[in-house]
Amino acid sequence: MDPKSAQADAYWQANLRIIKISLVIWALVSFGFGIILRPLLSGIPVGGTDLGFWFAQQGSILVFLGLIFFYAWRMNKLDREFDVDEQ
Amino acid sequence: MDQYTLNLIVVGLSFALYIGIAIYSRAGSTGEFYAANRGVHPVMNGMATAADWMSAASFISMAGLIASVGYDNSTYLMGWTGGYVLLAMLLAPYLRKFGKFTVPEFIGDRFYSRSARIVAVVCLIVVSVTYVIGQMTGVGVTFARFLETDTTTGLLIGSAIVFLYAVFGGMKGITYTQVAQYIVLILAYTIPAIFISLQLTGNPLPMFGLFSEHTASGQPLLTTLDQIVTDLGFNQYTGSTDSTLNIVLFTMSLMIGTAGLPHVIIRFFTVPKVSDARWSAGWALVFIAILYLTAPAVGAMARLNLIETIYPGNGAVEETAIVYEDRPEWMRNWETTGLLTFNDLNGDGRIQFYNANNAAYAETATQRGWQGNELTVNNDIMVLANPEIANLPGWVIALVAAGGLAAALSTAAGLLLAIASAISHDLIKSVIKPDISEKGELLAARIAMAGAIALATWLGLNPPGFAAQTVALAFGLAASSIFPALMMGIFSKRINSSGAIAGMLVGLITTCAYVFAYKGFLFIPETNILPDNPAGWIFGISPASFGTIGAILNFAVAYFVSNATEAPPREIQDLVESVRTPRGASAALDH
Repeated sequence: MDPKSAQADAYWQANLRIIKISLVIWALVSFGFGIILRPLLSGIPVGGTDLGFWFAQQGSILVFLGLIFFYAWRMNKLDREFDVDEQ
Repeated sequence: MDQYTLNLIVVGLSFALYIGIAIYSRAGSTGEFYAANRGVHPVMNGMATAADWMSAASFISMAGLIASVGYDNSTYLMGWTGGYVLLAMLLAPYLRKFGKFTVPEFIGDRFYSRSARIVAVVCLIVVSVTYVIGQMTGVGVTFARFLETDTTTGLLIGSAIVFLYAVFGGMKGITYTQVAQYIVLILAYTIPAIFISLQLTGNPLPMFGLFSEHTASGQPLLTTLDQIVTDLGFNQYTGSTDSTLNIVLFTMSLMIGTAGLPHVIIRFFTVPKVSDARWSAGWALVFIAILYLTAPAVGAMARLNLIETIYPGNGAVEETAIVYEDRPEWMRNWETTGLLTFNDLNGDGRIQFYNANNAAYAETATQRGWQGNELTVNNDIMVLANPEIANLPGWVIALVAAGGLAAALSTAAGLLLAIASAISHDLIKSVIKPDISEKGELLAARIAMAGAIALATWLGLNPPGFAAQTVALAFGLAASSIFPALMMGIFSKRINSSGAIAGMLVGLITTCAYVFAYKGFLFIPETNILPDNPAGWIFGISPASFGTIGAILNFAVAYFVSNATEAPPREIQDLVESVRTPRGASAALDH
């Protein structure tokens, strides 16, 4: 593998790692806290109901927002680190 | 000034604004018509995407859907926002880098196959046409309620407005109109919600009001709501009754369906750079979240308001219901539309509203002398009647009318552009007449747009009886055919044309088959071969949730077929490589 494609490969692997971490959090707050793990969170009261209900109707959306902005910021930085950003 | 004149002025002003934008932003080239010359600021594009995505269903129906069921319909909130995470990380930046004009074009180029492109065009048209019917009927209904026209006139006026800015302005005209429409719809949605939240909880922010203390009962709003709905035999508002598997699969179908909707994806072709596409997805979700974080509050508060109107009392349901003759003005208004109906079954002149289908509650009801539920309320009222329920001034009611129209028209325009560009760019330019000139293609795009508007208007005037059910099919198909093909095209170099085509077809066919098996062939009643209820569904998976299974089948078939056949040629692997790297995105501008 020539150095240029090794560099491209490292960039892509780094991107995949960021996506994987983000999607684990994405699934945890929605499918996890909002749905499947809701019974486990039933002991934590939030405004007349439990934390799982809050995650299903508000929390997951707020976390999604955070994830997309984190990804945009991190990837735009990664582009510069690997010198593949747009000029 | 009476309410009708006020509605006319506010809606008229919003339309004048859209026409003004249409005159200002006419498209002079195919680049402008298909992608607004890739010059849209990421924040602007975020706003336009929010209006493009939030349809009549989001604006009018979603809060009512949540209100009627409670926790179990949180699926819509998570599903319709979670899709943006997938779009931002798995599709938008790479498709922007690819730098062409349509979704089928990527599929055709990446899988080096005209058949793949045509299969993608078919999926796109089925998904988008299904979707557009709902928008057109939404326009007609809003006109009928607020402007006292008949539905047909309302629809024709709406179509004429879309015609003006979509045919002349293409993506350029649509983008700036959508920005204006977003502002109208978000004001119309949040202003009544803020007042209602203040009245019920004293908290001006509905998203916090939902979890605050209900002033009248002195306990949390959701606790009060749970009490009064269970006192009437309904399921607990914050409780769950659906199967967990089905909730998970339905949410996933909505997420990947959202990410696979062509009219949303093409919005990300309009920003200047790959980095802008990433930011823009975030901004889109910010603008969407303003409505989506408010919607569950609107739903819960509207349900509470409705029940307290019928059973006056501080949070606790009293056994004596309101006398029909003393009902408030807003109930009289909505009775005339047929969306709210009263039938005095036990002849006592009072309104009894409860869950008559709950066998465990039947005894209580009989003891009270109730002989059945006497009030039916269409879910859509929850948002549309909000300002009247909260006694807000007339201009707020007029704004809600303009907001409903903005939501429906902005989504319709985005869908029509996706359809028109698939016809002029993917069929005419690529298959039928490849030597067509730039000017000829622009003309073809305008004619395709006009044709699509005519078709959508006709479908709006003669809605197929199954219009509401087909939305499940639209998401299912986007999830099971378009999303996997796009994702594999970017994330795998090994998937080849045979694999992709086989995968798309399997996703398309299994999803259609599963939906038709329960809903009837082409939704014709009585042609279903299996009973459409949770007991009849395979593993309890509802037809609306099948998109996830269809997508899994698509991925699996594409993987096995590709590995059994030869790898894609070198230049395709280079194409994938180039799509993955942002540098050089602006060079693709003059394609």
